[in-house]
Amino acid sequence: MIEVADLRIRFGEVEAVKGVSFTVAAGSSFGIVGESGSGKSTVLRALSGLNHDWTGQMRIAGVPLTRVRGRDFYRRVQMVFQDPYGSLHPRHTVDRALSEPLIVHGIPDGEARIRRALTEVALPQTARFRYPHQLSGGQRQRVAIARALMAEPDILLLDEPTSALDVSVQAEVLNLLADLQTRRNLTYVMVSHNLAVIAHLCPALGVMQGGEMVEQLTTEDLRAGRIAHAHTAELRALSTELEEA
Amino acid sequence: MIVEIDNLNIAFPSATGPSLAVRGVSLQLGAEKLGIVGESGSGKSLTARALLRLLPGNARVSADRLTFDGIDILTASERDMRAIRGKRAGLILQDPKYSLNPVMTAGAQIAEAWRAHKKGSRKEAMQGAIDLLDQVRIRDPARVAACYPHELSGGMGQRVMIAMMLAPDPEMLIADEPTSALDATVQAEILRLMEDLVSRRGMALMLISHDLPLVSHFCDQVVVMYAGRIVERLAAGDLAHATHPYTRGLLSCLPTLSAPKPRLSVMRRDPAWLT
Repeated sequence: MIEVADLRIRFGEVEAVKGVSFTVAAGSSFGIVGESGSGKSTVLRALSGLNHDWTGQMRIAGVPLTRVRGRDFYRRVQMVFQDPYGSLHPRHTVDRALSEPLIVHGIPDGEARIRRALTEVALPQTARFRYPHQLSGGQRQRVAIARALMAEPDILLLDEPTSALDVSVQAEVLNLLADLQTRRNLTYVMVSHNLAVIAHLCPALGVMQGGEMVEQLTTEDLRAGRIAHAHTAELRALSTELEEA
Repeated sequence: MIVEIDNLNIAFPSATGPSLAVRGVSLQLGAEKLGIVGESGSGKSLTARALLRLLPGNARVSADRLTFDGIDILTASERDMRAIRGKRAGLILQDPKYSLNPVMTAGAQIAEAWRAHKKGSRKEAMQGAIDLLDQVRIRDPARVAACYPHELSGGMGQRVMIAMMLAPDPEMLIADEPTSALDATVQAEILRLMEDLVSRRGMALMLISHDLPLVSHFCDQVVVMYAGRIVERLAAGDLAHATHPYTRGLLSCLPTLSAPKPRLSVMRRDPAWLT
């Protein structure tokens, strides 16, 4: 579904992404872990079309991505950001936030779709005419996910979707993402600094350090400790060390 | 005992009468590491801030006992409080980006804290600042002292904050989510550094966090808060034997690397926990 080959992105003098390649099968999930500044979010932003300044090849469903992308691309690929307080318009109601993608893409039957979307992300219908500040962090993230689903995308790009949430809410949102994937056959690319969260949702992952994807492995290998690169081992050690405490 | 809190209540006025954010919290702290864990809104930060009387103006605090080394915080004068804040009890906040002054160099900020509490010449203060930066294991302290906060990484910034808090040789350190904004590798380093400094200087540490495994790893005692109350207290090593359903729920809803599960368990909140 998604093929990225030799992706390079530079910001002035700095090469933030140095030749990253990976593929994701349809209906599957790929995780990217790394520390701040490793370039993981930059990869996602280039894929989503938020950064036009890249070189290399990116294909979605076999079609090469160009710098300027058509409306169909922006319908099929949607993004969910880390902080739902920052990504929802504070003066727009949930209803307005969910209507916007429908208007942009000329999708009919808005009323029923909004009601269905709210049910799908397990929000009460009463949340429809609320403003973001009247919702909890977890509810806001559900609205952000519902908005991403409005245009019926094939691909969701998730940038730290649960880092701003409490652990109990994180569990609910991760379960929701897993359910949506099976129900709609979505393809996910998820970026996080939390190895355990990535391992929970993604069968395969890539580890980034200093703009390079230093290792790609399956979650099974990660759990079993079949690791080639020192940075992966370090991240895994920090993650398991705390579990065993 | 450095800190004694008995039956602390913190309320905020609301349209429907006072709403209690912290209810009947009691705890003692000596020269040890105490972790306070809870989710957003559980009252963990308010409890710590009440100790330094740094609550918002509309908060109503009452307690049977709220003392710092025998000084009654509830009745202490503002002058007495100033002698505690910073000098005897340091506070480290979550994000160094917002808690450092952006237009002062790191060294000048630490030197300012050093001079305010220890008196001395500018030169001595700057030397003191460089020594402190060295203590928080910054490799090139003189260079970092001349840097502005925006030139420092998150981990470096947090070290500068810690150095500043150590300047007056406090007896207690309150760390409110000191590592949440940092990467996992940096987080481990900062915690190890704090652990080392606290045990070397014989300080008391109050570590506030939402991360239960992390706190139990670094503290001696752990207190779990839910909706303004302490629901469970345990020795850090006994985390696996936690009995309260909320604590168990917090642990079981975490995804782990060692024990994969197809679905994460979701917290079922029992209204009885609120009483």
